[in-house]
Amino acid sequence: MDTIKNELSSPFLTMTGIGKSFPGVRALSNVDFSLRRGEIHALMGENGAGKSTLIKVLTGVYLMDEGSVTIEGKPVVIRSPQDAQKHCISTVYQEVNLCPNLTVAENLFLGREPRSLGLISWRKMNKQAAELLQNLNISASPTSQLDSCSIAIQQMIAIARAVNTNCKVLILDEPTSSLDDDEVNKLYSLMRKLKAQGVGIIYITHFLEQVYEVCDRITVLRNGELVGEYLIENLPRLELVMKMIGKELEILENLKVEKDESLFSEDEQPMIEAQGLSSGPSKVTPFDLKMHKGEVVGFSGLLGSGRSELVRSIYGADKTVQGKLFVNGKHARISKPLDAMKRGMAYLPEDRKADGIIADLSVRENIIIALQTRYGLFKRISRKETERFADEYIKLLSIKTASRETPIKSLSGGNQQKVILARWLLTNPSFLILDEPTRGIDIGTKTEIQKLILKLASEGKSIAFISSEMEEMLRTSTKIVVMRDRHKVGELAGKDMNQEVIMRTIAGGESNNGCR
Amino acid sequence: MVADNKKIDYRKQSTGLSIKKILSSRLIFPLVVLLIVVIQNVITTPSFFNISITNGLLSGYIPNILDEASELVIVTLGMTLITAACGGQDISVGAIMAVSASFCGLMLNGSEYRTEVFHNPYALALIVGLIGGAMCGAFNGFMVSVLKIQPMIASLILFTAGRSIAKQITYGQTIYIMNPSFKYLGVQIPGVPVRTTILVTILMVLIVILLVKRTSLGMFIESVGINGSASRLVGLNSSAIKFMAFVFCGVLAGVAGLVGSSGVGSVNSGELGLYIEMDAILAVALGGNMLGGGKFSIAGSVIGAYTVQAITTTLYAMSIRADQLNVFKAIIIVIIIVASSEVFKSKFRALTDAFTRKVFDKNANDGGVEK
Repeated sequence: MDTIKNELSSPFLTMTGIGKSFPGVRALSNVDFSLRRGEIHALMGENGAGKSTLIKVLTGVYLMDEGSVTIEGKPVVIRSPQDAQKHCISTVYQEVNLCPNLTVAENLFLGREPRSLGLISWRKMNKQAAELLQNLNISASPTSQLDSCSIAIQQMIAIARAVNTNCKVLILDEPTSSLDDDEVNKLYSLMRKLKAQGVGIIYITHFLEQVYEVCDRITVLRNGELVGEYLIENLPRLELVMKMIGKELEILENLKVEKDESLFSEDEQPMIEAQGLSSGPSKVTPFDLKMHKGEVVGFSGLLGSGRSELVRSIYGADKTVQGKLFVNGKHARISKPLDAMKRGMAYLPEDRKADGIIADLSVRENIIIALQTRYGLFKRISRKETERFADEYIKLLSIKTASRETPIKSLSGGNQQKVILARWLLTNPSFLILDEPTRGIDIGTKTEIQKLILKLASEGKSIAFISSEMEEMLRTSTKIVVMRDRHKVGELAGKDMNQEVIMRTIAGGESNNGCR
Repeated sequence: MVADNKKIDYRKQSTGLSIKKILSSRLIFPLVVLLIVVIQNVITTPSFFNISITNGLLSGYIPNILDEASELVIVTLGMTLITAACGGQDISVGAIMAVSASFCGLMLNGSEYRTEVFHNPYALALIVGLIGGAMCGAFNGFMVSVLKIQPMIASLILFTAGRSIAKQITYGQTIYIMNPSFKYLGVQIPGVPVRTTILVTILMVLIVILLVKRTSLGMFIESVGINGSASRLVGLNSSAIKFMAFVFCGVLAGVAGLVGSSGVGSVNSGELGLYIEMDAILAVALGGNMLGGGKFSIAGSVIGAYTVQAITTTLYAMSIRADQLNVFKAIIIVIIIVASSEVFKSKFRALTDAFTRKVFDKNANDGGVEK
């Protein structure tokens, strides 16, 4: 490609030594970033790496604490999104923010409609819109209403709108998460077209395949710091994954796994068995899975790889559209969480705030609610008993709370998580799904939760465990399922279960370690 | 100086705890408003607390207010549950009252618009009336829980159409039920010195409290109202709970409608429970409930409803003309709503804090070492 030309041409946009702090968190420190004209530049990093903070600094949503931005060599100050517009920087977000009830042309020209004699000239507007759409190969009619177009087309119209404001830097923030393969390809051809026109594109995505398909250059961030900037040819996938997660190969090889290697015979009846399971909105390709009594299965993969969606489909959190689930050998029809709970399942969701805690209810009520819904409306657990349960678990998990009647929202994150764990332990489940139980939790609590997982497994419970921290999963799991781009791509156990193989499997592509 | 600071901190903690606890109780606000209304009444009418027996009935200011508030209290109970579960309000309760009463009237009067003979047993007519209310509630509930329409918009349908439907049921006219036993429910059962309305209200409050406290319904409703997504994941069927709340609200509105029509001895679907939905929403707000759903207090709502009625009665007692009544009511409501708003509360708290600090500083300096 034209990387040589890119190498020679000086950057159009440079950000140097960017630093940004929020109360208690250093979101960015000393990050450099540069973008040339006519390149597609991937900005990569795991959750909390600082990608979105960097973008928000660039687009004037946040003011940076330190550092400088130059455009075409001249220093600029971007204080607001309007400033960013003025400097020809446009952003298209994951969710299309256009007006669905206006026409395509109206959306394209909203706020700067072509006028004649002070009135909007609809003829002129539709004509210009048609030209613009044709120019960018977008198959949409200017006069059709926006919400009659597919999401992909809407996404492209958002891009067209951005580009039409004479934009030189286009930021695409996860534009493909809701698109299917065909639509993604259409988006790529649009991106390549813009690239040829000299627009610099900053591309944020969680999908590795996509990065290698369209991007020229990659900047990797980790924990708010710059890891490096690489030409795509110089950075194989495996290395990219390692740079994102933050492990070097040599270190990995020295890592020893501290866990008893009790393997499970294949002929033993699995507690949970999925055959070609897939659920509605999740778009995870149908998968098979077996989990045995006393087994901890880790689910690994980058964010957005479908690991959460996979476990959600077992629990019935999303409606199953195909495949079968067997619990202890019996076919289980699970259409809602209550069905799963009745079969002894428990689910600790990834997003504690949105899906876990019931903020205004007390710690006690949050602990007993799952058991109470199992009992139903009329078999009310007496107040005395609920107090006893609450006290028992507050003590057992050493939950720090002023009292059992304190609203859960006033507890710290770690303690909220323990309350939710208590909620499920109280229902005495035989199969627990723990999605990121240790995220955002202090190290002490983390170890407690890991110990608890091992203890529960030794009691004969089966546990599905998701964590972004690989050591944690290696320490606790007997088997690791690897996900990539919404596919289940491998199952690792025994000697294959080490960081290197896992990362190779996550990265996929060029290194195939017999798993796929 | 350091010592002074310590002293202030200490004082703040020791006095703060108990006062803060009382002030932060959600019942304090409606109680204070009710108290103000009562005091105002005591000043203007010295006979406020007098209770006598006339015609075998307790009478006086207080029994009067209790009687007149009955319909509002009963409707407010349902409104509270809906508000908690859906974070929205049902504005069709007044119309549902009319529908329910019309069903009952139809059963009793047949096709006659004025008669003394019951065509069907009274009890059966009441049950049919309640079923009518339940059906209306089910319609609203279906719109909200299945079709996911905003509660206020969903209930707008029956708000608009309910009274016409009610009128159609009674052949397009006001019907008069002249059998004296019809008034048992809305006035008095012979030999009982208390108005039946008051007894029915107490019964309804007890039923709702039992249902909310003795089953898990209260917690489930709050849970669904606070976080629908998390509630689903712990196995709650939030649609069913919302639907149930609406049906229940419909039945309660039905009870209010039956009580109301019995009280006047006729079914006039244009007048029965007119504008009661607004008073009920106000009562729920006054009772310290979150209008956006979640935590609720039946006790608060009941106090709120009695307060709203007490305000109306007081204004009448101050011989304010009916056409001016709403102006005065509006002024009082504005004051109450502003005083209970978070912005005002925090400003007020800051102000009192600053004031007490000033007083403390002064006291400390006065009592401390002279400069």
